Amino acid sequence: MLWEIDVHSGAEMPDREAERVAQEAADLGIADSLRVATARGYLLDCADDPITVDQAELLARELFVDTVVECHVAAPVDDLRLLDPPASWSREIDSEKSTDSEKSTLQLLQVLRKAGVMDPVALSAAAAVADFKIPVRAIRTVRKYWLSGATAEQVKSLGERLLANDAIEQVVCGSLDLENLDQMLGLPKRELPAPEKVEPGRPSQEGVEQKGETDPEPPPLQIHTIDLSVLDDKGLMRLSLEGQLYLQLTEMQTIQQHFAQLQRAPTDIELESIAQTWSEHCSHKTLAGRIAYRGPDGERQFDNMLKETIFAATVKLRQSWGQDDWCVSVFQDNAGIVRFDEKYNVAFKVETHNHPSALEPYGGANTGIGGVIRDTMGTGMGAKPICNTDVFCFAPPDTPWDSLPAGVLHPQRVMQGVVGGVRDYGNRMGIPTVNGAVYFDPRYLGNPLVYCGNVGRLPREMSFKEVQPDDLIVSVGGRTGRDGIHGATFSSAELTSESETLSGGAVQIGNAIEEKMVLDVLLKARDQGLFTAITDCGAGGFSSAVGEMGEAIGAEVWLERAPVKYEGLTYTEIWISEAQERMVLSVPEASWADLQALCQSEGVEATVIGQFTPTGRLTLKYQGQLVGELTMSFLHDGRPPVIREAVYLPAPSEPLIPSDRVNLTTTLFDILGSLNVASKESIIRQYDHEVQGGSVVKPLVGASHDGPGDAAVLRPVLDSQRALVIACGMNPHYGELDTYHMAASAIDEAVRNCVAVGADPARIAILDNFCWGDCENPETLGSLVRAALACHDLSLALETPFVSGKDSLNNEFSYTDEQGEKRVIAIPATLLISALGQLADARLALTMDLKGAGNLLYVVGATGDELGGSHFSLVHKQQGGQVPTVDPLRAKATFAALHRTIQAGLIRACHDLSEGGLAVAAAEMAFAGEMGAELQLDQLPLASGPLPMAARCYSESNSRFLCEVPPDRAAEFEQHLDGVPHAHLGQVVSDHHLIIRGSADSPPLINATLADLKSAWQTPLCW
Amino acid sequence: MSHPNILILRAPGTNCDEETAFAFERAGGAPQCIHVNRMLEQPELLADYQVLCIPGGFSYGDDVAAGKIFANQMRHHLAEPMQAFRDAGKLILGICNGFQVLIKCGLLDTDDSQGSAATLAWNDSGRFIDCWVELQAKQKQLPCVYLDGIERLYLPVAHAEGKFVTRDRATLERLQQSGQLVLRYQPADEPEGNPNGSQQNVAGMCDTTGRVFGLMPHPERYIETTQHPSWTRSSASASQNDEPEGDGLQIFRNAVRYFQ
Repeated sequence: MLWEIDVHSGAEMPDREAERVAQEAADLGIADSLRVATARGYLLDCADDPITVDQAELLARELFVDTVVECHVAAPVDDLRLLDPPASWSREIDSEKSTDSEKSTLQLLQVLRKAGVMDPVALSAAAAVADFKIPVRAIRTVRKYWLSGATAEQVKSLGERLLANDAIEQVVCGSLDLENLDQMLGLPKRELPAPEKVEPGRPSQEGVEQKGETDPEPPPLQIHTIDLSVLDDKGLMRLSLEGQLYLQLTEMQTIQQHFAQLQRAPTDIELESIAQTWSEHCSHKTLAGRIAYRGPDGERQFDNMLKETIFAATVKLRQSWGQDDWCVSVFQDNAGIVRFDEKYNVAFKVETHNHPSALEPYGGANTGIGGVIRDTMGTGMGAKPICNTDVFCFAPPDTPWDSLPAGVLHPQRVMQGVVGGVRDYGNRMGIPTVNGAVYFDPRYLGNPLVYCGNVGRLPREMSFKEVQPDDLIVSVGGRTGRDGIHGATFSSAELTSESETLSGGAVQIGNAIEEKMVLDVLLKARDQGLFTAITDCGAGGFSSAVGEMGEAIGAEVWLERAPVKYEGLTYTEIWISEAQERMVLSVPEASWADLQALCQSEGVEATVIGQFTPTGRLTLKYQGQLVGELTMSFLHDGRPPVIREAVYLPAPSEPLIPSDRVNLTTTLFDILGSLNVASKESIIRQYDHEVQGGSVVKPLVGASHDGPGDAAVLRPVLDSQRALVIACGMNPHYGELDTYHMAASAIDEAVRNCVAVGADPARIAILDNFCWGDCENPETLGSLVRAALACHDLSLALETPFVSGKDSLNNEFSYTDEQGEKRVIAIPATLLISALGQLADARLALTMDLKGAGNLLYVVGATGDELGGSHFSLVHKQQGGQVPTVDPLRAKATFAALHRTIQAGLIRACHDLSEGGLAVAAAEMAFAGEMGAELQLDQLPLASGPLPMAARCYSESNSRFLCEVPPDRAAEFEQHLDGVPHAHLGQVVSDHHLIIRGSADSPPLINATLADLKSAWQTPLCW
Repeated sequence: MSHPNILILRAPGTNCDEETAFAFERAGGAPQCIHVNRMLEQPELLADYQVLCIPGGFSYGDDVAAGKIFANQMRHHLAEPMQAFRDAGKLILGICNGFQVLIKCGLLDTDDSQGSAATLAWNDSGRFIDCWVELQAKQKQLPCVYLDGIERLYLPVAHAEGKFVTRDRATLERLQQSGQLVLRYQPADEPEGNPNGSQQNVAGMCDTTGRVFGLMPHPERYIETTQHPSWTRSSASASQNDEPEGDGLQIFRNAVRYFQ
């Protein structure tokens, strides 16, 4: 028996969800004059013991409904009143309509989560209801939309495109199908014993529904084996694809040979374990593989490309530093670790979650941030997450609806979903989201990029871990379900319009509070020394976590012991499920009782699922029977090397000559209003960027707290002034011209952002995140290798070590166009560099907003003719030009000198020059500080020969800053910058305008009021 | 009593407990973070403390409604010890999610014979917002312990459900009359001044004794100069100031001083 409690906005209270839907339907051109009313409903499964009307009303009043602002309907699920829209709304609609035909267009859509999809609200509600001692065994949620003024077709379109996502939800038109409702909702079977007792007053987040099934005897166990010996190459590849293993032929052949030697057929779970371990996602086989590279910089043979470029630079740096090495753990754990202060180290990791976010933006981003937080939680002996970063790449939000290929969500919906997903997880976890960026390009249409990063703090002595033989394997946190099956292998596949149906299981919703609870107990357990090692369950689930932890020792797993969300999972599903919010610990037997008690005291589930047996084997058992056994050596070292060709052909260089007639003022407005540069305030303010209390420089700075800060500064230890600096650098447009200089520029940008707020350039650690297209294409891979070479060179020259990194390849979307032709959209080569800097005293931090009229404005760094890939070229739609390059030695000297001036307290404001160059930086500093600026460019230090004014204003040459210096500190400032190009260009003025001239007596090249500039910058993404 | 004992009560999803404890410590208190499960097992624990603080966060995910599930736990299992705590002249403070819990469990004396009469509903924007707000303390009839000596405050808010709403005009008038609506956003001319659309710009309120206080802004996030969003603009650099201090600290100090 199901009861339903529907909650409506109270009379005269706004129905915000309805307003949102009507607005978006109009914005997206689906329906112009839509009228909407909504309700959120709770379906209460009362088992055999129906609840009374009084009980339902009690639950409504005391739990589900805020009676001050809401009203409700509580009734058995078949009650027709549940299909009626709120009375006040109906009256309103009726009074507006004259004819019956208009009235008859009223339609109800109900949106339910698909069976098995995580629903945190339903779980919390079930636990809260238990506290009322009313017999409800499970709860599901439903959203209702009453629509008026739309045709049946429009309603269908709304359902598909705006109200629900087929990857996780189901839409019902009209009333629910009561016959099949249990199945639809994934409710346990009926005719049950009395529900399990839940201890009153202890709502738990375990999310366990009382099990319905009490089959006297489980059916006999079927162990599936796959006979590989009978398969030819074609058969092997079919198995690889249809089984969603996504392995290559040589890998399938290696597996075939391995089992031929063993003289047996592999079981399904063995194949899955190998596929997961050997997946691109988990082994990075392409970039860590053999590559024969040819490019303008010559030919090179790599045995392990990453190791010989990026990693090698870090190794050399650490050797050269000797005693002063401040790296602690690089490229080995879930995150890179560097020294922070006498007591703490810090860990940093950035991950991507692109394919899941393409299919279900909210859930994809939600679990993306949840996953990277678990990465630092599982680094060393466990770090406490202290801040998040996020960088997104989307197609432009004004992409027309009718241009979308099948299976592609509209970019605006992707953007809102992704932002919402990061917001809801990060905010709930209590981790400030302090830094980020959003980039737009039409090629991110079917394949958006979602980078999520997390910094964690851990005691110095907790930076390493070592599983001990015979430690117990303990799963802590969420339960295992059928969610996220094949996520690890799926990331190797190209996205297509069918991906949603094929891999819907790879999409999940997170439950942030579960993860927060896990975090709370893990930090306590760590400090009490209750475990010897820890890792997160990410892609590949237990298979990956246990496989990695047990690599050196061996492991035996008892799969039936893993707590499951519902019955019916196969042993393989349990093993490879990527259900969220789980961590795996290795626990000495002597500590198990204490750990169990600690977890229990805060309502967190912890279960022994096996043991790290010193056998060198991975042994998988289910209900006592052996279902799989692999040697750790075959699993981790048996993969045949991937050998690839890589070729880099630089784009032919064409000069970019700005027209003499180009209006430089209009150009400034165009660049400020371009999507990449425009204010992201509407996104930033949805994130809590101050929780944990350590905020020093927030993402938005200036007189009205709305200017674009260069980097975030925060104090991870509240009673200390030592601070961390977090920034990033990225510019996919440069990659069109040369990925070497794109990578070099991204590193320079990330570092100079840190330096601009006061970070010590000798203490900046960086991360690489490569998102590329299909690297089986030699040219695509070639462009990546060339970028990696730049990472090596710059890292070494700037003495800025890479400490961790991640790659995501195969970021392509394929579809069939109207003419029936297959089309592929590959993303532009996109390298994100994330930087983690340090600042000895937070009180020396700087911001970019102008502070005082009369102060002098200095440019630091030289400007070259580098408009290639610039925002100038973007807004004027001009191709070619020289891409910005980095002179690493000069960059290093510039950063060091500038840092000295900041340390000496000589600067009042500092802004790095990036997209839009000098003019954009000056405009941003002025409107953020609400002070004018007057500059002249004849004294601008130039990198080479004469430079037209357009390039002086908008060239994006690297390693440059604009600084505000009080007149009485100018001499000292110049002294510190001896040997570094710099020039006094003008001053801060009290008039609210920006004037840039070629020389003192020439007419202004740029002349605009701050109000207009700011408005151009704030308007485009204000939603 | 030199260092009054402060109980920082946390639940699953509480996430401002550490910085709140730090603020109390700065103010001279002796804070301890205790999980609500311990309180449910041993409600008598409360007797050891002078101040009970429910900090910010998303208790139980704010699922169903912000603070609702935590508030129900208090109503169902801790009503008597909480009442006794209040009657003993001790202090209760709810910040952000803590305010949502206090108002929903009835400790702020908002309920009447028809049930709950005031709440914190969704922001007018329908979204979570993190921004700083100007606040004005209004204490006429009823002195609120925490706001002693405070006229104005500048603090951050960070919430999705902070719009103070009463069931009807009469309730609003009753709470005005009793002087409980002690903390208001000061919108001045800026529309952002009131970040959520609260009636009468209410940002915080106390019970009829002035000893139970709930507020949406986060005083624990502004106890030092460098937490201010534009501290870098002040001409005297922060390091030159011997005792850098933010507006929020006074609230914690008032609570501690009450027992000294």
